[in-house]
Amino acid sequence: MNVLTIIINWINAAILAGTPLLLATNGEILTEKSGNLNLGVEGQMYMGAVTGLAAAWLTERWFGVGGIIPLIAAVVFAFLMGCISGLIYSVLTVTLRANQNVTGLTLAIFGTGFGKFFGEVLSNEAGGYVTVGAETKHVFGNINFGNLTEIPVIGTLFFRYNWLVYFSIIVAVILGWFLNKTRKGLSLRAVGESPATADSAGINVTRYKYAATTIGGGLCGLAGMYMSMVNQKGIWVTDCVSGYGWLAIALVIFSTWSPLRAIYSSIIFGGLSVMYMRVPIPGLPRDIYMMFPYIATIIVLILTSIRQIKEHAQPASTGLNYYREER
Amino acid sequence: MLDTKPITVDNVVEMRHICKSFGTVQALSDVHFALRRGEILSLLGENGSGKTTLMNILSGIYFPDAGEIYVNGNHVTIRQPKDAFDLKIGMVHQHFKLVDVFSAAENIVLGLPGGRTINRRALARHVREIADQYGFEIDPDKKVYDMSVSEKQTVEIIKTLYRGADILILDEPTAVLTPQETDKLFDIMRAMKKDNKSIILITHKLNEVLAVSDRVTVLRKGEYIDTVLTKDATIQSLTDMMVGRSVSLEIDCPEPQNIEPILKVQSLTVLNQDGAKALDDVTFGVNGGEILGIAGISGSGQRELCEAIAGLYPVTGGSILYRNVVDGHEVDENVVGLNPNDIVKKGIALAFVPEDRLGMGLVPSLNMVDNIMLKHYRKKKGFFVDRKTSRQIAERLVEELQIVTPDVFTPIRKLSGGNVQKVLVGREIDTHPRLLMVAYPVRGLDINSSYTIYNLLNEQKEKGVAVIFIGEDLDVLMEISDRLLVLSGGRVTGIVDPRCTSKQDIGLLMLGQSIDNEKGADAV
Repeated sequence: MNVLTIIINWINAAILAGTPLLLATNGEILTEKSGNLNLGVEGQMYMGAVTGLAAAWLTERWFGVGGIIPLIAAVVFAFLMGCISGLIYSVLTVTLRANQNVTGLTLAIFGTGFGKFFGEVLSNEAGGYVTVGAETKHVFGNINFGNLTEIPVIGTLFFRYNWLVYFSIIVAVILGWFLNKTRKGLSLRAVGESPATADSAGINVTRYKYAATTIGGGLCGLAGMYMSMVNQKGIWVTDCVSGYGWLAIALVIFSTWSPLRAIYSSIIFGGLSVMYMRVPIPGLPRDIYMMFPYIATIIVLILTSIRQIKEHAQPASTGLNYYREER
Repeated sequence: MLDTKPITVDNVVEMRHICKSFGTVQALSDVHFALRRGEILSLLGENGSGKTTLMNILSGIYFPDAGEIYVNGNHVTIRQPKDAFDLKIGMVHQHFKLVDVFSAAENIVLGLPGGRTINRRALARHVREIADQYGFEIDPDKKVYDMSVSEKQTVEIIKTLYRGADILILDEPTAVLTPQETDKLFDIMRAMKKDNKSIILITHKLNEVLAVSDRVTVLRKGEYIDTVLTKDATIQSLTDMMVGRSVSLEIDCPEPQNIEPILKVQSLTVLNQDGAKALDDVTFGVNGGEILGIAGISGSGQRELCEAIAGLYPVTGGSILYRNVVDGHEVDENVVGLNPNDIVKKGIALAFVPEDRLGMGLVPSLNMVDNIMLKHYRKKKGFFVDRKTSRQIAERLVEELQIVTPDVFTPIRKLSGGNVQKVLVGREIDTHPRLLMVAYPVRGLDINSSYTIYNLLNEQKEKGVAVIFIGEDLDVLMEISDRLLVLSGGRVTGIVDPRCTSKQDIGLLMLGQSIDNEKGADAV
């Protein structure tokens, strides 16, 4: 294999590995834009992962169909489970005004336990080993673009992906448009920057916080489903999310709260996390490779704290609960 | 409860029997309020009199515990800010409600209904039209974090006008403006009045009440006192209503005695976080037995100057020389590069009352004794602290300064603003300083507490202490200072004698312009 092929294949693998990061990062960006710092992404992803797999597997079992219908079930239920987790977070922090950090960390632990517990339940149910059928695996695999796939370079770079890759990029573009161009997006950003200002401008702060956090949670749920259905090919693996939720939170900072910048930053992080398979450096142990995304996170955190641009900063009220009559 | 008096249509707003409490604190009890069409009404009261609370109720921020509100003769319920807009009521808050990272236009259009996306060009055009109508200057695309305070205020006012407000509430709009900017604001208010808009001006500055308003409503400690026509009122009559008894408004300013130089600052230059010069070549001197006032728009380098002198801010260039006595000889000691503890060890008696009382000045959750001990504990050697001396000092201060507190072991944060300041100033003065620096010592204090502080400062001055007084109210600064230093953008634009310089001239210096003949200038 020549160097070009290695790089092209690496980029292809980076995009595939970066897709769940992109979904979760955009979910967390949406959440933080409403002023909620949800540290529970890891837990939300586990909840989405197990729910998506369970929905697909049970659909196959109960209705005896494979392919597109289990896929729809997996997507819908993983998204809904993510929404529920975001809703739990909203009730606790917005309505009951619980501390956001504590709530987020609790959600991370709860969700991880939820995923692992129901994953085991599912495995026992299936007789020790859950796996979806070949047809369902196929619809989560790469889309068949026919001859386009065979075009040198371009084929590998653009046409060898599953549908979720394209979907997550579309989500990022829509989210960027929503935040920067629309009236509702402006209102949401105002809620995250200064809820008192938004409130006095007649914006329903509570409603925006609930909506953004719930939908953001839904995106994290989809990211989790990607881990179980695409990365693990529809088989329950106990550690399937393996820290991606935490990486997503760091990626929010790396992409400076911009859904569009999240596209390339998730590809970079995806690339670092699969580097050990794609760019072998003789003598370098795999454990060192596995550290790359986390080392990059530390470097990014240092760099972003040095260079402060007002527009690229965290929404000013992130982490703070809002109470109108507080004096 | 209901008044049988008919609601006159002349009154665009009428509030009756309004009550509101926060926890156990009764902020408003049975307050009445009426606003006529096309008038400027001053709502006058000391801090804590409830004037802002009353207006927050009218603008939907707070909901009253009891009482009725009538707008244009109709009984209304205002549950949230949106209800207030719908009634064409707009409020410009004292602490601006703006999103820093948004442009002026984005802030103005925020929360309004309309198409899914925002037509920025049409929006900017509309904003400019409103600005031209009333004489505002505004750049719709400028980001709020790049704006001066007066520009932010302009955005706030246009925001309410853009929403079609006919009733405007301005909460202490001049607190942060220079005299020139204040005059401009008053012109704009008169233009709006001519356009048949009704304006409520919340203030505690009496000269503004007399300058711009038609009627005055006075509140005191949450109660309605009276409403009078401005033309029948005087400063004295309004003060008496506001405070509830006759008070003397003169600030003493005894002639300085036994002047001797205590502090010399030479070519002092410091950088802010972004590497720009926060202080640029600042040179001045302070003598014992005088009060040097420092005036300037907020953020002109006042904070950096105090902190540099106190050894809390890194100095890039220049020197800070204290007159100190070492082995019986008078020497000028340069304290640049020393931290506060080093300065104390050199035997320099410096006291500093910072702007941020409960942050830099005192520890809010500690009691008076412990806060006083922070200044004393180093004096005694040994493993254990000596709480007895501090307790004696605390009890003496409570008595001398009439500090209202359950006892000296009550956490500082539970005291009112005036009492907190008395504790802080009392503690600093108790160290017998030769140089006393006070930054915004009467901010947020009512008239009585303010005068206690002024008297304390004058006492120190008569004892031969050099006092540096950083203030924001020019009237007060001009009365209490023997000399007045004006800072603008980190530079000294003048050191003048406040008795023979006009307020307008000082205003110009604050804006960074020089005055033609620096009357009475005696720069050291």
